[in-house]
Amino acid sequence: MTSRTSNVSSSSRGRDEPARPAPTSVAPAPPGKPFQVKLVLLGEAAVGKSSLVLRFVNNEYQDNKEPTIGAAFLTQKCRLDDKVVKFEIWDTAGQERFHSLAPMYYRNAQAAVVVYDVTKAPSLDRAKSWVKELHRQANPNIVIALVGNKLDLVVSSGVPRAVDAEEARVYAEEMGLLWFETSAKTGEGVSEVFTEIAKKIPFDLLTPRGRPNAITGAAGANGGQNSVAAGADGRVDLGIAGGAQAQSGCAC
Amino acid sequence: MDEEYDVVVLGTGLTECILSGLLSVEGKKVLHMDRNDYYGGECASLNLSQIFGKFRKDAKAPESLGKDRDYNIDLIPKFAMANGEFVKILVYTDVTRYLEFKQVSGSYVYRDGRIAKVPGSEIEAVSSPLMGIFEKRRAKRFFEFIQKYELDNPATQEGIDVKTVPMSEIYKKFGLEPGTQDFIGHAMALHLDDSYLTEPALQTYENIRLYMGSLARYGKSPYIYPMYGLGDLPQSFARLSAIYGGTYMLNKTVDEIVYGPDGKVVGVRSGDETVKCKAVIADPSYVPSKVKKIGQVIRSICILNHPIPNTGDVDSLQLIIPQNQLNRKHDIYIAAVSFEHRVSAKGYWIAMVSTIVETGVPENEIHPAVQLLGPVLEKFNSVVDIYEPVSDGKDDNVFISKSYDSTSHFETVTDDVKDIYARYWGKPIDFQGKIKRGDEEAE
Repeated sequence: MTSRTSNVSSSSRGRDEPARPAPTSVAPAPPGKPFQVKLVLLGEAAVGKSSLVLRFVNNEYQDNKEPTIGAAFLTQKCRLDDKVVKFEIWDTAGQERFHSLAPMYYRNAQAAVVVYDVTKAPSLDRAKSWVKELHRQANPNIVIALVGNKLDLVVSSGVPRAVDAEEARVYAEEMGLLWFETSAKTGEGVSEVFTEIAKKIPFDLLTPRGRPNAITGAAGANGGQNSVAAGADGRVDLGIAGGAQAQSGCAC
Repeated sequence: MDEEYDVVVLGTGLTECILSGLLSVEGKKVLHMDRNDYYGGECASLNLSQIFGKFRKDAKAPESLGKDRDYNIDLIPKFAMANGEFVKILVYTDVTRYLEFKQVSGSYVYRDGRIAKVPGSEIEAVSSPLMGIFEKRRAKRFFEFIQKYELDNPATQEGIDVKTVPMSEIYKKFGLEPGTQDFIGHAMALHLDDSYLTEPALQTYENIRLYMGSLARYGKSPYIYPMYGLGDLPQSFARLSAIYGGTYMLNKTVDEIVYGPDGKVVGVRSGDETVKCKAVIADPSYVPSKVKKIGQVIRSICILNHPIPNTGDVDSLQLIIPQNQLNRKHDIYIAAVSFEHRVSAKGYWIAMVSTIVETGVPENEIHPAVQLLGPVLEKFNSVVDIYEPVSDGKDDNVFISKSYDSTSHFETVTDDVKDIYARYWGKPIDFQGKIKRGDEEAE
């Protein structure tokens, strides 16, 4: 499975969204790189977490998808008016199945999509307990979206709705969450989830995250002298170190 | 649980999680269970409530220390050698994408009642108070010898075969003083006691090379440490395993390892469910009848609201107290990390004092080291038994790991991983390059 990097603009997907007026002046290219945002998926097994992401990233859907997606994370960009957000979307790899999801998974996420199945009431309870866990353990500024998936079952397959939309909306409002109902199968509401999350990320509070920038200086480590392969704050990039090692053999 | 697995792994310590990840990547069907409701077993990192719960029978942590989420307190004290085999595994498996490392800011050694920095460069070495001017020249010659020495090139060896000549002979040849020997053997080669002196110098030679190679990597110390604590290491390998189809069950009691008539393992029972398997990999706590105790380690976790005195207020360090400074047989280690590594709330340091137990009153043994820390807010002591398996597992297909030892790094953990891997597969593993991962793309 490979990720795609085609841009999803905030206006190209939303079906009911009115066409955005043309900008009065040409918007300058966003300065620098896109904002990188780690987004984690949470929710009970089989509520459609992976399907939501596949719809968002690849615009595709498979019925009876295998339980795990088989990828650690996928990336997708989301273009806002004044910036580009690059989501790094982490799936659970099935570790939620026996309540064994590692805290490392969601600890430093800037966004979370907590998914339930609108036709299964207990899945909302599970979603609520994830919200609680995130409030307890995760980054305090995390943007959380509560998403009721499988709307197509209610709309066109005649499956009775088990989670009242108003009840879920009120809960989300009380907890300060974004709330959506979606169908990964038809695509309804999916891109809005990510666009609205992107809009709500407190970018001014974001501290640089992820791999430190490549620091290539002082590659010539000569005996005993310090080589500077670490950032100013002492963060190190092991990938780069691995390359350096191959070249220098034993550089002591 | 009615499926059949190639391997059931018991315990989510680092050794087990690395193996689980490696075997899943190679296509084995793995079920991984832990009796605890958290990852990491002995090498977990706990939050405040968990640590008070574990050591103080559920006493509440004082609110002044901050929030639960601010703390990831390691149960074992280890750093990663920047140039070591463990880092090779991290790069090989690509779990580095889940982890972020910082270098440890300094390495220190206690000598004659004072704390001195282990020189990180020639400039620091010249001004170090650890040696006099003439001794520095002798030491410089010694290190040049080690640097030039190649195991398969006699022309570089000055007539010394490190595979046969004991280390004490080499010290003698270079005329190094006992204090310098101590410094080299304990603060650089990281030997825990003096038994290395009479053994062939090869291991010491390799240890010094590893130390110097690691130091040359990032500068301040040979060590690196993962943000959010060591507990993220097993978690990242567990995730690797899960991505490749490994199944995870925490909070699962393991009641019995079931054997067939030929004495080989056929399953693992939890309550009234039995899962079938062809092999088991387990930490010693899951198979007490097949391990033997080889020693005891005392570990003291100390929460401080200040850096370690006399260390230049660094955010992290290792401090070694060589055995003969305290008339002991084994060195005492202090490892300290702090808010900078997201293991404690801002303004707090976590220091761990550890050593191999020599007497019936281990708390007294570490007392002089704890005193070096200055005022301690909270202290959690534990004395743990160190186990190793009694057999190699080839007869019953139950492959047991060793307890985490008192060395300050993960190199022996890596040795154990390689050893168990080879026992299980009957072939060695080499961590060169990277595993192929076509299923994932970080762009």
